[in-house]
Amino acid sequence: MNGSLSLRNRLNRTVRDIPRSGIRDFFDIVSTMRDVISLGIGEPDFDTPWHVRESTVFALERGTTHYTSNLGYIELRRALSAYVAKTFGAEYNPETEVLVTVGVSEALDLALRALVNAGDEVLYHEPCYVSYRAAILFAQGVPLTVETHASNGFRLSRSMLEAKATPRTKVLMLNFPNNPTGAVMSRADLEEVAAFVRERDLIVITDEIYGELTYDGPHTSIVSLPGLRERTLFFHGFSKAWAMTGFRLGYACGPAELIEAMMKIHQYTMLCASSLSQKAAIEALARPNADVTEMLDEYRRRRNFIAAALADMGLECHRPLGAFYAFPSIGRLGMASHELALALLREEKVAVVPGTAFGACGEGFVRCAYATSMENIKEAMNRLRRFISRH
Amino acid sequence: MDELLRILRANALESRQDLARMLNLTEQEVERRIADYEQKGIIRGYQAILNEDELEENKVTAVIEVRITPQREGGFDTIAQRISRFPEVRSAYLVSGAYDLLLFVEGPTLREVAAFVSERLSPLEGVISTSTHFMLKTYKRWGVMMRQETSDERLTVSP
Repeated sequence: MNGSLSLRNRLNRTVRDIPRSGIRDFFDIVSTMRDVISLGIGEPDFDTPWHVRESTVFALERGTTHYTSNLGYIELRRALSAYVAKTFGAEYNPETEVLVTVGVSEALDLALRALVNAGDEVLYHEPCYVSYRAAILFAQGVPLTVETHASNGFRLSRSMLEAKATPRTKVLMLNFPNNPTGAVMSRADLEEVAAFVRERDLIVITDEIYGELTYDGPHTSIVSLPGLRERTLFFHGFSKAWAMTGFRLGYACGPAELIEAMMKIHQYTMLCASSLSQKAAIEALARPNADVTEMLDEYRRRRNFIAAALADMGLECHRPLGAFYAFPSIGRLGMASHELALALLREEKVAVVPGTAFGACGEGFVRCAYATSMENIKEAMNRLRRFISRH
Repeated sequence: MDELLRILRANALESRQDLARMLNLTEQEVERRIADYEQKGIIRGYQAILNEDELEENKVTAVIEVRITPQREGGFDTIAQRISRFPEVRSAYLVSGAYDLLLFVEGPTLREVAAFVSERLSPLEGVISTSTHFMLKTYKRWGVMMRQETSDERLTVSP
């Protein structure tokens, strides 16, 4: 009588009730089809720089295949500390204030578990990366969603935060440059948010995985603003700027007490990030500039191209300023995002991700990732134009 | 390097409209800049990058190291240009090190390339010695791998 065993009821309630990522569902459909041009891929199309791959092979040959310190190789943490100071404007002690993690995803999970007691509120903005809401729920936090809008470039403002925050609000999560909107926050925008954070005595978690990828001006990190470093966890990693997604290597920088708390969970659940990936990261940081600059120039050209092509076909799209996503409005076509994405896939074999995968307020938008070749982007835009003229 | 040139160096067939979109310029501006580069001789021409190993052609390429004596007037340039004018010489570079000129010479057969070296190149006044290497296989040319695994291992949709 195997059939009578209901495992579903034995599941943790939070896990049971949380839906699968909308991206996952869409992937299942796309993966059954052939010859699809995908603008749905949230990772770079560039190869990991060859010097990084070559040095990883060398590390493997040399036998760098053992556990590392829980925090990560000190050599890597020193390099990270120097890189973050130079690029993002905050100094961290590599001995106590830097933790190497299995991607930013792990850092996010550690931070929320380290900070949140059941019922504490966490402010975050949508549309956003698919895992934020789930990560808050897994940590037994209460997600407070702040909806951002195309009309102001999907940026956050103080009044938007004030409208949602309560005395039980403990953490504010930020992600700029943003996936899926390509939005960035200027220094002035961030100063407003920083003032709010200081007044409300919040902890900030800032995921700046796309920090190198801004196209019209340098990125400003909230952690560089006065009084923020001591209350901020800064996350970054190697997936985007170095095209190292499969290495699963991220890191968290923050005040020693917070890093220590995250390290405890990391120690008991993960032990350490992959030794080989850490060696690869050391090599990546040893000479990052040429690789990243080349990618950045190529992404900018694609951003320019896709923005012009969308405008030509009459799709409104706020100008993406960072990351590698355009988030055009499909409102005028009179279809829901999911419906449109399916129709576009069926009729023209172009995959885009429905905006709703990134939060309810993503309805009326689709995410077009330009982390694919210019050739693919051109063909995808041709097909999209054809699709629009029919609908 | 101007971004326009970098794009053209990777793909000279990029259309004016697409170039304009990528660079956020008007097509007229793109047209004007290209004409300017052509006129100044910075753009010297447009060629296809071929994987010649795949062509059933009778052709051999030799890489030739040449030691030369600089001339009283004109230094290395006079003799280097003289050598470069031979149509058999596809590329010629002045280099530092144990020899002075590095030539890429093409001919229909090994015998003919050898004849070029012994009968045309070596007897030139100012040429001290040559060392010839025949190329066997091309792996990469002008930044392009001749055999590239094109499979994209990425998931077709990811967050």
